[in-house]
Amino acid sequence: MIRVQRNGFALDVELEVGAGETVAILGPNGAGKTTLLRAIAGLIPVEGRVELDGDVLDDSASARHVPTERRHVGLVFQDHVLFPHMTVLQNVAFGVRGDAKRIARDWLDRAGLGDKAGAMPRELSGGQAQRVALLRTLATEPRMLLLDEPLSALDVTVRAEVRRELSRQLRGFQGIRILVTHDPLEAMALADRLVVLEQGKVVQRGSPTEVTARPRSRFVADLAGVNLLRGQGRGDHIELDGGGTLAAPEAGEGDVFAVIHPRAVALYLAKPEGTPRNVWLGRAEDLDLHGERVRVRLSGPVPLVAEVTPSAVRDLGLASGAEVWVAVKATEISVYTA
Amino acid sequence: MSRARIPAPLTALAAIGLLLFLLPLVGLVIRAPWNQVGPALIAPETATTLGLSIFCSITATVVALVLGIPLALVLSRTTGTLRGVLRALTTLPMVLPPVVGGVALLLAFGRRGLIGGVLNQAFGIQIPFTTTAAVIAETFVAMPFLVIAVEGGLRALDHRYEEAARALGASSWKVFARVTIPLLRPAIFSGAVLCWARALGEFGATITFAGNLPGRTQTVPLAVYVALETRPEGAIVLSLILLVVSLAILIGLRDRWLGEP
Repeated sequence: MIRVQRNGFALDVELEVGAGETVAILGPNGAGKTTLLRAIAGLIPVEGRVELDGDVLDDSASARHVPTERRHVGLVFQDHVLFPHMTVLQNVAFGVRGDAKRIARDWLDRAGLGDKAGAMPRELSGGQAQRVALLRTLATEPRMLLLDEPLSALDVTVRAEVRRELSRQLRGFQGIRILVTHDPLEAMALADRLVVLEQGKVVQRGSPTEVTARPRSRFVADLAGVNLLRGQGRGDHIELDGGGTLAAPEAGEGDVFAVIHPRAVALYLAKPEGTPRNVWLGRAEDLDLHGERVRVRLSGPVPLVAEVTPSAVRDLGLASGAEVWVAVKATEISVYTA
Repeated sequence: MSRARIPAPLTALAAIGLLLFLLPLVGLVIRAPWNQVGPALIAPETATTLGLSIFCSITATVVALVLGIPLALVLSRTTGTLRGVLRALTTLPMVLPPVVGGVALLLAFGRRGLIGGVLNQAFGIQIPFTTTAAVIAETFVAMPFLVIAVEGGLRALDHRYEEAARALGASSWKVFARVTIPLLRPAIFSGAVLCWARALGEFGATITFAGNLPGRTQTVPLAVYVALETRPEGAIVLSLILLVVSLAILIGLRDRWLGEP
């Protein structure tokens, strides 16, 4: 368990990670993700306990604190932080014991960066620099790998390439891997398990599919691209906290979440007759092209986002401010306790 | 990139400021007794004085580097009241009249001084009026320039480099020697140049604490002062030499001083 308290910001996280497992810490800016990594790395004081393979690294109860340099944790920063006054080879050799130059060269050769050994960091592209930074960390054979948004400073064009390399290197690394990110794609691609952090607290954890199937916060719902509503279950309907009711066959009782996929939200020019039990008149607030589909943000008794095809937008004559009938099939609503 | 034009009054003020630097130099060059420069240059006293000046100022700079960089490191890590006190202490010699500094040094290291008394009685060591005293006086006055420059560099430093080094398993000494110092090179360099220049020109503290003994403590500024009373031409020639030496070194170092790490 890790507890960090500083300048009015409290981080309170219980986290257990197994060997060979990649855990992604996901959360919005200011959630405390980086603070958590820095605490594990021993760069900031911790209240609580940090343990690695039975070694106590931090324990505030017994005032134990192992300094960063003796933790054998590998820290990879958002932007490479390669030492600007050293060559690529010297950078990779920096933390290596024994025949550092030879070991570093082997790492560079294996990653196909051998020809850059004599280059200075400023001569590298962003992607190359981040790959070298990863090698510099892996070459020290750390027991745990801490990655702080390793791809977020890169151009979109090279991100995929570095992500592949990262994914390959992570598979080859036997220790614990903790990845901090606010990019869901990065988390899904690299992690076995997600931990969602908001305002210093864990709000959700589980496998990527579990977490996105049952979001428990606005942040996760936005990541998964679904509508998240909260209310009181009343058997066959939900009284929503934001006002309005929603018919749902398995609404349960008490505090519940309801998830509606935007594709399950249908739009009509006239009031639809038929099976959908959730029908109301709404207004299209704005339209946003998302790949092949258009996302329509709707206001009304229940504010939702609908996803429709561009041809439907044309047929409905949808524009910002247009009134439209909104229908959601009760069976398309997934409900679970909050 | 187009910048806003500098208002005309400001340009005029800048020109006046520049003239204030330039006119005395022009005066020195024009009034210099050029026919005496040759003989003065080869006079043995000139070589002795200049040699002593350069020796003392470089030694003072080296001492300032050895003591000043750690001091800047400590300063940059402290916060609050302690920081204010330490800062005031280290910058005091910059504001203090050098003569007062010299008096203070005498009271500390003089024969009956706080530490000087002990040194004298226990080991028979006397500091005042020796070359060592001249070096101490110059270090006292010049070191703040180095400390301030290095501390500024430390505060502007991206500390993630040091964190990365620690995470790679580097001891605090290795981090300091292989990461902090190389990254601070521009700040250390500019601080050292300023420190050296201040030491080279030092007069008040030196004459008070080290005296004016030719060959032992008489540096060029002291010699200029003495010569001004007896043979003004000699003073001008010595000043000219100091000017040329300073300019040559400043220009020679300029590119590296302004260079990137």
